[in-house]
Amino acid sequence: MRFAILVFPGTWSDHDCQYVLRDVLGQDAELVWHREADLSSYDCLVLPGGFSYGDYLRCGAIARFSPAMEAVARHAEAGRPVIGICNGFQILCEAGLLPGVLLRNESLQFRCQDVHLRVESIETPFTSLCRPGQVLRVPISHGEGRYYADEATLDELEANGQVIFRYCSPEGEPAADANPNGSLRNIAGIVNQRGNVLGMMPHPERAGEQLLGGDDGLVLWRSVIEAGMVAVAG
Amino acid sequence: MTVDQRTLDQIALSQEEYRLACERLDREPNEVELGMIGALWSEHCGYKNSRPLLGLFPSTGPRVLTKVGEENAGVVDIGDGWCVAFKIESHNHPSAIEPYQGAATGVGGIVRDIFAMGARPIAILDSLRFGPLSEPRNRYLFNGIVGGIGGYGNCLGIPTVGGEIAFDESYSGNPLVNAMCVGVARIDRLARARADGPGNLLMLVGADTGRDGIHGATFASVELDERSEERRPAVQVGNPFLEKLLMEACLELTERHMDWIVGLQDLGAAGLTSAAVECAAKAGTGIEIDVAQAPRREEGMSAYELMLSESQERMLVIVKPEHEDDVRRLFQRWELHCVVIGVVTDDGMATVRDGEQQVARLPVGLLTDPPQYVREGIKPRWLEDLQSYDLAGLPDVADAGDALLRLLSSPEVASKRWVWRQYDHQVLTNTITGPGSDAAVLRIKGTNRAIALATDGDGRLCYLDPYAGGSIAVAEAARNLVCSGAEPIALTNCLNFGNPEKPDVYYQLEQCIRGMAAACEALHVPVVSGNVSLYNETPSGPIYPTPVVGMLGLIEDIERVVPMGFQSEGDAVFLLGGDLRGEADGLAGSEYLKLLHDGLVAGRPRIDLDLEVRVQGLCLEAGRRGLLRSAHDCSRGGLAVALAECCIEGGHGLDGSDVAIGGRLDAALFGEAPSRIVVSTADGDGLAALAREREVPLTALGRVGGQRLLLGTALDAAVDDLRRLYEEALPRALGEDAPSFTAENA
Repeated sequence: MRFAILVFPGTWSDHDCQYVLRDVLGQDAELVWHREADLSSYDCLVLPGGFSYGDYLRCGAIARFSPAMEAVARHAEAGRPVIGICNGFQILCEAGLLPGVLLRNESLQFRCQDVHLRVESIETPFTSLCRPGQVLRVPISHGEGRYYADEATLDELEANGQVIFRYCSPEGEPAADANPNGSLRNIAGIVNQRGNVLGMMPHPERAGEQLLGGDDGLVLWRSVIEAGMVAVAG
Repeated sequence: MTVDQRTLDQIALSQEEYRLACERLDREPNEVELGMIGALWSEHCGYKNSRPLLGLFPSTGPRVLTKVGEENAGVVDIGDGWCVAFKIESHNHPSAIEPYQGAATGVGGIVRDIFAMGARPIAILDSLRFGPLSEPRNRYLFNGIVGGIGGYGNCLGIPTVGGEIAFDESYSGNPLVNAMCVGVARIDRLARARADGPGNLLMLVGADTGRDGIHGATFASVELDERSEERRPAVQVGNPFLEKLLMEACLELTERHMDWIVGLQDLGAAGLTSAAVECAAKAGTGIEIDVAQAPRREEGMSAYELMLSESQERMLVIVKPEHEDDVRRLFQRWELHCVVIGVVTDDGMATVRDGEQQVARLPVGLLTDPPQYVREGIKPRWLEDLQSYDLAGLPDVADAGDALLRLLSSPEVASKRWVWRQYDHQVLTNTITGPGSDAAVLRIKGTNRAIALATDGDGRLCYLDPYAGGSIAVAEAARNLVCSGAEPIALTNCLNFGNPEKPDVYYQLEQCIRGMAAACEALHVPVVSGNVSLYNETPSGPIYPTPVVGMLGLIEDIERVVPMGFQSEGDAVFLLGGDLRGEADGLAGSEYLKLLHDGLVAGRPRIDLDLEVRVQGLCLEAGRRGLLRSAHDCSRGGLAVALAECCIEGGHGLDGSDVAIGGRLDAALFGEAPSRIVVSTADGDGLAALAREREVPLTALGRVGGQRLLLGTALDAAVDDLRRLYEEALPRALGEDAPSFTAENA
């Protein structure tokens, strides 16, 4: 499968995403500079973490104007997979491809730590290989990851099954003290209504090898790869 | 003489030094020239008090690829065509005045030193010292400094993987911020800090030049006083986003287009003056600069300001003229300014023009050859008294269990998680062992190797005996690496001391360096880079003499990384290098004395380097043979704290109820004698045989198991209780509520 990993000025998870996709999972994964306006030759687009434009003004607020973002919108429109991780999630929200915003962490501090995520839906190309309710251990690393949307939007997300990952205890309970940033309803990741655009604050690319403490993130990448194969075969 | 005292004070030059400069120049320097001389003759740039002593360090070895002081960082060969560049540097004075920016730009500066070598930075470590957190000013400095390190490093996408933090009254108002950066490069892609080849171009890239940081190098070379606040403009302001672009652009240049350039140098202390002059000095050339070409942030900046500004995020690239356009295009693609500001010459002169007008012309050799001072240190009387203090006369501990809880609850000993969870310690996906362990361990992608990193330097022990304390700093850093399974291969250091013009401070400096050098020789670890920070004094006196050692270790087989915490029920636990018989001497300089004996700092720390070498050799060999399930060094808080940490980290208890403790209980449990390591093993007989072979004392401490820490009749505590105190102490000292227990603590 062919992945494009977008690189904005200030992106830093680009190499990590490339490493897990190419070196761990054997996929074709290229770094693509944000000025590239044609991404039609790629199957899946990844917007990685980092501090695009230094997070100046507001996280993701400047990156959304990059030429590549029009191509991202077309890709999403065509129903093809797009994954935004951390800063990539923030950019997708700023670009209006996902609802809601990411606010400053409730603690007002940056947090880098492992969290547990409960898989809320396996009806997406990103979670199809998960078990329903499976608990994944994946790291977060952000200062502004507190998911916020108005009540009506949150209800709609829940009703449509768009909430994909929720912060939870190791046992799978979405408890208040398992929420590292104050996200509403413990939301860690969502998809768009069509289900082909994923935004998540945790870093699945960092959970790709036992050597580094765990590989729970691989199931997400493997799901996307399998969905891609099915699409090609179909 | 036409210069007044005020002008000289501003650049921290003495009348004597001014006369010397005039004599060598055969005339009086003009204002710009005087500014340049002052900056490069400052202690910070010129090492005029420390250079003769630094020669005592062993600095060569089969893996060493650089000469100390020749390049921006030390470089060692780690095999398979890869090398590691690393260095530690202080940013103490700026952080004392403006903690967030001071610490942030300290990180920025050391990171530039590493990518200036053509090495990709893969790790940052920070060694920090503060006054007690009970004082509001110290809490302000603590929060600001931690915030600045995180704010800058996180934005750059370089993991902050380790370091240490200690507290003492002597650092009140003069915190220490020593930042270390570690990078990797292909050996054939290393860049040099040299301006070779007359006719080659000097290109200034990155940030525009502003008025920030003028006299920063000078400010770092005087004592702090009540007027230091007025020096706030001497503190630079950082822009980590710009640094990230600059780093990626420079790495693209060195990784792919090394043939376009001859040298690369960052602009740090003393700005353009230092960068250009040092590059010329190393190549034996001259430089001519036209400051009118420098992009600037504001109108009306003088040549003096442009030459001495310490605006951050700037690099000097020495470019072959035929590739000027190539280099410019590369930087422009990263949206960075890039202009030609000068040229390499063959006249050995540093010439500065402002458009048509020449504003300075000085011999490069004069600038880089400041006067050297060899002073006489005198051991102070008060030190004799402290060293001969009668520790044996103190009553032994009445309730050892309570003493352990108090130690674990002190910010000095307690978990520093509150700090490092604010740092991204995983980005780049190399971190095998992150912060909170003896050493950080990172894999080197594309190889089967890993490197281990640790910083150490106990100011209190150096205060009580600078020679032994210096040796202990080196030995402890090496021991931390060995505990992780790594062989120590090289070190960098930052020497933080008071005013060397005072005989007792000079005594500390000299003895400390001699002690460090002795340990380096014994352990066969060369010093490949370093930095000196003197004049760390406030009106209440100098800081503790604090040499900080940053050491690099190599693990040849990534499968042989050894963790710190207990791993499996039933494993046998041993103490290597020591026994359970407490002697009063062992309490010297301990946290136990300070905490449970009214702040007592006394005794004479000692280290037996022969024993140290044997203990480390045993631990390393046992790790290589796969005999060790865990290893953890005994340091602050002694054996009892080390055991508690093994339990907390591993999530297992220790059943050592059968062991017998002799002599003084306090010294056996809480004494901080060096050369001791707690290990656990599934093969106790194999380890014991190896210990006998290597003549290392080995003492059985029981077996891993249960959820309590049991040792003889002295200690009996639930691991969960120990963990709670250990984790809650620092947030509590900072005035926060107890932290919630999320996945990170589980």
